[in-house]
Amino acid sequence: MAKKQYAFYPGCSSQKGASASNFPTSMEVMCQKLDIQLNEIPDWNCCGASIGYGEGGELPRLVINARNLALAEKELPGQDMVSGCPACWLATRETAERLHEHSSLLAETNEALKEAGLNLKNTVRARHMTEVLIEDIGFEGMKAPVVKPLEGLKIAGYVGCQTNRPFGIAGESFENPLYLDKMIETVGAEAVKYEQKVTCCGGALAFSEPEKSQKQIRDIVESAYDNGANMIVTPCQLCQANVEIYQSEINKKHGTKLNMPVVYYTQLMSVAYGGSAKQAGLDGQLIRAEKLEGIANK
Amino acid sequence: MSDLNTQAVARYKNNFLKEVEERVEDGHWVKMCMQCGVCAGSCPLGPHWEHSPQKIFMMIRAGKREEVLSSDSMWMCTSCYNCIVRCPRKLPITHIMHGLANYAHRLDLAPKGQPTREIAKLFWDNLVKTGRVNELKFSLAMYFKDGFGQGVKNAMAMQGIGLGLVKAKRLNPMEIIGGHKCKDSSGIKKMVAKAREIEDRRRGLA
Repeated sequence: MAKKQYAFYPGCSSQKGASASNFPTSMEVMCQKLDIQLNEIPDWNCCGASIGYGEGGELPRLVINARNLALAEKELPGQDMVSGCPACWLATRETAERLHEHSSLLAETNEALKEAGLNLKNTVRARHMTEVLIEDIGFEGMKAPVVKPLEGLKIAGYVGCQTNRPFGIAGESFENPLYLDKMIETVGAEAVKYEQKVTCCGGALAFSEPEKSQKQIRDIVESAYDNGANMIVTPCQLCQANVEIYQSEINKKHGTKLNMPVVYYTQLMSVAYGGSAKQAGLDGQLIRAEKLEGIANK
Repeated sequence: MSDLNTQAVARYKNNFLKEVEERVEDGHWVKMCMQCGVCAGSCPLGPHWEHSPQKIFMMIRAGKREEVLSSDSMWMCTSCYNCIVRCPRKLPITHIMHGLANYAHRLDLAPKGQPTREIAKLFWDNLVKTGRVNELKFSLAMYFKDGFGQGVKNAMAMQGIGLGLVKAKRLNPMEIIGGHKCKDSSGIKKMVAKAREIEDRRRGLA
């Protein structure tokens, strides 16, 4: 079968030595088994994330995203752009849509892009990795390579915000999206009913408003415990980092004993497809996902 | 008062709605708010806002310029997009909040020392420098934004987490002497400067 090709936009947090560096690691086995080839967009730049607006305003924000779209259009023609990071995807898709709607903004964008020697026709479709899996591979396709069903794992599927809103996955509801639960079940684990599945972790405000964000994080983790989960799974790099990293801080301040592993769906798939703990990036956890490691080492 | 602010006051007199419509990202949507309050009830940081989006929109129409632009409310936005998807009239509320925050920041009416305002600037400056965010330098800049003593205290408090991340290869101490960057970082700087120049001209902030 010919490999499916995509223009890949990793994003800053997925670089080597960055906060989500184990995410791209965990994608390797998954992509190999699903015949997906990711072609990194040469010299891609930051999307501005969710706080770029403060200093960046609108046009500079659109322009930095347009540069990535223009590079994909030029260097990897005909390929959809795919990002693993919801913030990267959201910013890129929002840019593509806004520039479609407003020809004057596209003209201004191209005036600025000229400074970097680029021009955008705006023909690239910006997609999220979970979209590609659901729409291009399908749940049956995701199930086919499973050699180690994740039996006995009870998982809280934490979709979070930006994979889900404002765009989300076509056909899913904003309030109770079901695709992540289905993905969990596809690899043989149990998806627990989890009412905090689309609650905000605080996003970038985890840095600027730690108390307020940690209240959100505590609710998210405690709900996973209350619903009998032994781990949380998320499609979002910032959700993963916030919800995993700050559990120790919450414990320190409030005397709680939170110790809930938080992994990416790609790590589940990697293990279910026969990948080792290292190939699944499980050595990148601050809170070890021991049950998942156990299955990987079997 | 900043010069930009004095000019804006002179130009728009008492018509703050018009000012927002012309100068704030997606500001032309403000008048469409029907005051239902769904946004106020949907915000994860709702308990901490001075004014909900619904109130902000009414205050804009009532001409409460100073109160709106100096409010800390816009800076409480986590970009969760709950308000956008729930608004019955499909107002792009998140974008309007971001637009108001940016405008208040540019006029220097936004609250001084507001932590999200400060980190938003640090973040943008960080990314424009090389084209990519350097997480280590960004974290250190955040810790040390209130001076050296406080910075050391902040860094010490986060030491355990930092070491954990280094051990998990999710934080690289070597990023301090360079780190990841775009090859065309100079093109990116010029491109961003140009975009700002165009937008400032269009918004009357040049």
